[in-house]
Amino acid sequence: MVLLILVFAPFLAALLPFLAAQRGRTWIALAAAVAPLAGLGLLLSQTSQVLAGEVISVKYAWITQLGLNLSFRLDGLSFLFSLLILGIGLLVILYARYYLSEQERVARFFSSLLLFMGSMLGLVLAGNLLLMLMFWELTSLSSFLLIGFWSQQTAARQGARMALAVTGGGGLALLAGILVIGHVVGSYELTEVLAAGDLLRAHSLYPVALVLVLLGVFTKSAQFPFHFWLPHAMSAPTPVSAYLHSATMVKAGVFLLARLYPLLSGTDWWFYLVTFTGLTTLLIGAVTALFQHDLKGLLAYSTISHLGLITLLFGLDSDFAPVAAIFHIINHATFKASLFMAAGIIDHETGSRDMRRINGLWKYMPHTAVLAMVASSAMAGVPLLNGFLSKEMFFSETLHQHLLGSFSWLLPTMATIAGMFSVAYSLRFIHDVFFNGVPINLPKFPPHEPPRYMKIPVEILVFCCLLVGVLPAWTISSLLAVAAEASLGHALPEYDLAIWHGFNMPLLMSFLALIGGVLIYAQRAPLFRWYEGLPDINARNVFEGSVRFLYGWVSRGLARIENGSLQRYISLLLIAVIVMLTVWLAPLSQVTGEIALTPVDPLTALGLLVMVCSALLTMAFHRQRLTALLMLSVVGLVVAMVFARFSAPDLALTQLVVEVVTILLMLLVAYFLPAQAPRESSSLLHLRDYSIAAGCAILMAVLTFAVLTRPYQSIADFFLANSLTGGGGTNVVNVILVDFRGFDTLGEISVLAITSIATVALLQGLQLPRARVDNQGRAWSTEDYPMMLGVLARLILPLALLVSAFMFLRGHNEPGGGFIAGLITAVALILLQVAYGQRWVQTRMGVQFPVLAAAGVLIAAATGLASLLLGYPFLTSAFAHIDLPLIGEIEVASAMLFDLGVYLTVVGGTLLILSGLGRIGHTVKLPEDA
Amino acid sequence: MELLVAIAIGVLTFSGVYLILRARTFSVALGLTLFSYAVNLFLFSMGRLHTGKPAVLSDATSYTDPVPQALVLTAIVIGFAMTAFVLILSLRAHTELGSDHVDGVEKPKLEPKQRKVKGQSNQSKRKRFGATR
Repeated sequence: MVLLILVFAPFLAALLPFLAAQRGRTWIALAAAVAPLAGLGLLLSQTSQVLAGEVISVKYAWITQLGLNLSFRLDGLSFLFSLLILGIGLLVILYARYYLSEQERVARFFSSLLLFMGSMLGLVLAGNLLLMLMFWELTSLSSFLLIGFWSQQTAARQGARMALAVTGGGGLALLAGILVIGHVVGSYELTEVLAAGDLLRAHSLYPVALVLVLLGVFTKSAQFPFHFWLPHAMSAPTPVSAYLHSATMVKAGVFLLARLYPLLSGTDWWFYLVTFTGLTTLLIGAVTALFQHDLKGLLAYSTISHLGLITLLFGLDSDFAPVAAIFHIINHATFKASLFMAAGIIDHETGSRDMRRINGLWKYMPHTAVLAMVASSAMAGVPLLNGFLSKEMFFSETLHQHLLGSFSWLLPTMATIAGMFSVAYSLRFIHDVFFNGVPINLPKFPPHEPPRYMKIPVEILVFCCLLVGVLPAWTISSLLAVAAEASLGHALPEYDLAIWHGFNMPLLMSFLALIGGVLIYAQRAPLFRWYEGLPDINARNVFEGSVRFLYGWVSRGLARIENGSLQRYISLLLIAVIVMLTVWLAPLSQVTGEIALTPVDPLTALGLLVMVCSALLTMAFHRQRLTALLMLSVVGLVVAMVFARFSAPDLALTQLVVEVVTILLMLLVAYFLPAQAPRESSSLLHLRDYSIAAGCAILMAVLTFAVLTRPYQSIADFFLANSLTGGGGTNVVNVILVDFRGFDTLGEISVLAITSIATVALLQGLQLPRARVDNQGRAWSTEDYPMMLGVLARLILPLALLVSAFMFLRGHNEPGGGFIAGLITAVALILLQVAYGQRWVQTRMGVQFPVLAAAGVLIAAATGLASLLLGYPFLTSAFAHIDLPLIGEIEVASAMLFDLGVYLTVVGGTLLILSGLGRIGHTVKLPEDA
Repeated sequence: MELLVAIAIGVLTFSGVYLILRARTFSVALGLTLFSYAVNLFLFSMGRLHTGKPAVLSDATSYTDPVPQALVLTAIVIGFAMTAFVLILSLRAHTELGSDHVDGVEKPKLEPKQRKVKGQSNQSKRKRFGATR
């Protein structure tokens, strides 16, 4: 439970800064600090158990089919990382309170920071590899928000995008690696995975898994050749750099190395890949850092180099090397975070980060200068500071590896050279910024000390550097021991965490590094000239260039497929359907099934023939709109007859009425559209369309025939058995509609209502000229409302309404129902509209059609809700039989009310569509008359 | 009988699909209507072709399958709503664009014009990219 709170509290608390947004930076920062403070308290309450070597874990099943569980574990390693994340997180919150100005989106910043903190905690505490990957990706996403916080700056946007592309891409590789591991081990639970190290290393897929996981690690921890994103992420606000790019996110990669150490390490593959990547990164980072003029750039490359050092240590094949690596993780986090903060203070007070301009700040901000100098010395590895201890352990480890045989001297030599450069750039940070003459042309001058509280986080961190450096055995050793044990998976060898080990090789190397570093810095002028002469490869230009290339390539490819012709798209779509269906139908050995065919009766055959012929005529005459429409109506009528012929009276009725409305609608639309279509497709195009149509037709026919001649098991029996007892009606089709599948029907009438309202929106403001003559030059009748039709329509209306009411009332037990009754009413009203005009009908109706449609949907929904109120599931229907004098037994069902909703929606929706169309012609006619 | 119905559905599909592939909106609407007839019949026939059997409960021993019927009934109404929408959309498109071509542009003018537009948009994209650098 503790672990769940620890991980999810920051996510929930990410809302708090917004609540405090109106009250100023202090309140926002306080709101942001709630979750980390609580988390830190919770974490520290577990200290004694963790130090005793216990593993606290929780596990909830989540998606067990995938092997994904919500499982978290707290052991020494995750305890150490959580401590760093929460502790430094709190300091960064305090620092950011003063760093950000009032005008910035402070609440958003802290909220993103909390999201990142939660993701990072989830990552280190996850007890399931898939879960860990989710948090891994979350750190990439939330860091994108943080790096790009100043989204008005191009550099920030590009830096954020680059960081996301690189770390996100690495995350995909890691996912693949984790899947391979899960495939081999058979579980994603960390406990089981870590126990299966021998199994995995012996497996043929081991190199694949290793390379994929390492890709994730190297991208996240900015290892060569993926290191280029980190310097560009420096466009982030400095608190973000202090947090993400020193203490936490870039450490996620090396954390994974520590976490999976028992699983993946101990092979030649591991040694060569990890060690040499680390070594290259260490050297490149250290050398490049010296030549940066940007304060944060120097720190960024220095971070890359230190990450390389840590990676290199993990690669070495000894039990002691991971101890040194983890120790250096702690030390680097403390001194680098404080250095970033100091750099931020300098930037904040001078307005510049260019070391060629910031000089001699000792005079202006001595306090900050002392802090930065101590932290910088720790970075250089000066004795009595924490950096010295871990660096000496590192030197000693490089001496103890023997896998390189006669080249074993290579590692210690390279390590010493890197150490020299590390001293040199640390020295530059101190000397260039605080001494070396006077400030040149600073945007803000004179600089002065920052607010008191802005320095406190730096002071705390620097104090930690000193404390650990002087008293390592009392302060850090027990925590380091449990963390290293948790990483190794077994007990530690004996070691001594002390400052003084006597005169030995590592001490000599440290000494050499210090002297060499000072010498290099002293001779920096020719070195700088040499560096200036190197070809300038800007990672951002290369990256942006490749993005642009990819973008162009893809859009060229897309332009080939997407040429803007809808006809082409739909034909591609249909071809795809044909191909897929053919592939799936291919295994069908014979089309005819075992059921015997029913005999052909001549009348039905004739009907089908008429239908087929009219369909083909519709196709043939599609350029003459009116003819095609008449042919189409024949097809629709025969379809209705087919329904009636094959025992579906409800369908026949519906089809008949819908057919009438559809044809009316089409006539109305056709009136405003060009009466004839030009002939424009080439014969090749016609051939394509004929073939596609034929393909679809053959597939459809074969499928129908194959199904019809095979036996089947229907769920109809359930409905037939329960219709009367459960739904209270004998017309099973109607009971299905209003009761069994009432929810579907509710959805469908909603669609009808929405569509009708959408048509109103489409017709809004549309004014179309009315044609005076038809396409053959004959004048249209000038008589608006023919009298014959008017009289007829008036006569028909009550009759139609009566039929409609009859259909509605009997719908539950006999063919009929809300849909059919609604359509009949609508047809009668439309006839009246044709005869007397839309306005005439509307004024006499007294109710607006949209209201009618909406009321219908609401009534239907309310019927459903009523059953919910009475404690039954949504849309449960109830019914009772009542005896009325004279009329006899009448059934009253709640489904009837639902059907009423259907009825009203159909009437309202249909009339809305048709009357809208009727109106557009009139709007133009009226001014002409006037 | 099954064979005849299958063939009839096939022919309806044929004419429906062919019309859907036409260039003018009204033809496409005709095609959609024909195609929806075909699909409705197809769905309906999944309940098999029953002659003279009731769908209403009575003393009869065997019934027709009511499930596809209920499905198709709503499909008919929804189909009408969609056809209406497509028709009115085509009407609006015709008024706004001055053409009842499905692409919204008359075909003969389309070819050279479209190429020119594409070139321009590429150029402007390039310009935008340059600006962000």
